[in-house]
Amino acid sequence: MTSPLPAAEALARRHRLRWWEALPWAAAMAAYFVFPTYLAFGTQVLVTVLFVLSLDLVLGYAGIVTLGHAAFFGAGAYTVGLLAQHAGWNEPLSGLAAAAVVAGLLGLASGFVVLRTQGLTLLMLTLCTMALLEESANMGAAWTGGFDGLPDLQFKPLLGLFRFEQLSYRPQYFYALAVLFACFVLVRTLVHSPFGQSLTGIRENLLRMHAVGAPVHRRLVTAYAISAALAGVAGGLFTQCNAYVNLAVLGLDRAAGALIILILGGYGRLYGAFVGAVAYMVLEHVLARAYPTAWQLGIGLLLMAVALYARNGILGLAASLARRASGSRRA
Amino acid sequence: MSGPLLETRGLCKSFGALEVAREIAISLERGARHALIGPNGAGKTTLVNLLTGLLPATRGQVLLGGEDVTALGPAERARRGIARTFQINQLFRGLSVLENVCIAVAERLRVGGRMLKPAGRRREVLERAERLLAQMRLEADAGRRVGELAYGRQRLVEIAIALGLEPRVLLLDEPAAGVPSAESHIILDAIAALPADIAVLIIEHDMELVFRFAERITVLVSGAVFAQGAPAEIAAHREVRAVYLGNALDA
Repeated sequence: MTSPLPAAEALARRHRLRWWEALPWAAAMAAYFVFPTYLAFGTQVLVTVLFVLSLDLVLGYAGIVTLGHAAFFGAGAYTVGLLAQHAGWNEPLSGLAAAAVVAGLLGLASGFVVLRTQGLTLLMLTLCTMALLEESANMGAAWTGGFDGLPDLQFKPLLGLFRFEQLSYRPQYFYALAVLFACFVLVRTLVHSPFGQSLTGIRENLLRMHAVGAPVHRRLVTAYAISAALAGVAGGLFTQCNAYVNLAVLGLDRAAGALIILILGGYGRLYGAFVGAVAYMVLEHVLARAYPTAWQLGIGLLLMAVALYARNGILGLAASLARRASGSRRA
Repeated sequence: MSGPLLETRGLCKSFGALEVAREIAISLERGARHALIGPNGAGKTTLVNLLTGLLPATRGQVLLGGEDVTALGPAERARRGIARTFQINQLFRGLSVLENVCIAVAERLRVGGRMLKPAGRRREVLERAERLLAQMRLEADAGRRVGELAYGRQRLVEIAIALGLEPRVLLLDEPAAGVPSAESHIILDAIAALPADIAVLIIEHDMELVFRFAERITVLVSGAVFAQGAPAEIAAHREVRAVYLGNALDA
């Protein structure tokens, strides 16, 4: 029996929790007390983090380039909305489960087809999937409310105890945080498992992955379906917390926004979704107040700076600075 | 079970009018040490790609242990026991050396799709991977990203991955190309240490290595088998000397 290599210990250590992993959750709790009047905004941030996290699983880890991930966010959002409006199914937790199932099945079916392609073809097909869904929601106005969507949805109190409040957003904020945490634990477990490792293998070298005998297509479709289900949960959460759903949940704006946030935060790093969503949405919020007509200019400049000087996003930049600091300390 | 482990029958591949493999019939017995030689562009790598399923054959058959695998893709053939190295490294460049080998071992042990237990806690995978790294003298680089290694070191990772699949048939496409001579003995040692019952097909330009290693040699010219036989027969083959070997053996 040989003693394990340092590299093996490093690999074994990677899935263990580190102290700084408590920071985002501590910050989210602190935000509740420090910014009690911003909980509606905070809830939107949490929903966005979950959506971007689902995107990180397919894009950051598996390397699936998609521009249509809002299809699954929208599928979840409309599932919850339609069930509440037409079927009287307005219990929140089972609503989220329904959203996950519908979006997951949609991801499974569309993934089975579109993941046979790569690159630009894949990009276009994911975009088309989303466009089809968006147009269906628009055309089925009798059910979906068309362009106006479904306003004033009613949901039962959470666990029969906590009634959603449209003014304070207090229950919604904790609800979104709890759901995000549960989903995060799932994604974190996945990416550190052999399954997650094989997804990075597919991203790094498809040819080699085939040559080691991995069922590449099945792995990709599985990851895509799981990611779709999580995006569906994010969408369902959106509908429940805001008590409405409309076509904006399905659009290219939302899909591209998630992509930008992920790249800004740093993809394939789990926490990029957190950092990116907070940075992007806070900046957007602040700039929109300061320069109501030209705030997008500020966002654009920031993105250019990231694209030019921090290809791996904010977290990538932080990691390379930390490496440099520890390097110079050793020297 | 008797009969060859890997066999091709009338294997053909053409791209339009260009025939890159013509009626190739070769067979590898269990434990074979077979070399494939021939001038550049003779179709050696094409043959390996046909054997592994990376290229679909135009006509003919590939049989593994008597089973027709011609219709199967590369992943299915790899799971059935055909492993290869690539002429140009095909590695997971952004991952560590250890992870590269772990991915292969996990697939071999059929745990590559498991979702719950962390990869870093799968002792059975890690221990096999560590043994392979030790064999390839890669322990010191285990934690480094493959992309940071010198090309010759990457070649060793390429072989470690193929060995991690514990294949029945191993296809080595110029394993020592680009490896500094000081390190090429690591590759030769690894090849010499392969389990006796696996069949090995090696493409190599270094004739010294070929004649030392091979028990049988196939000479490929323009996509067709030009000559086939024991090393002594090939060395004495007048036309092979003329078209390919030249004076390499006299040197």
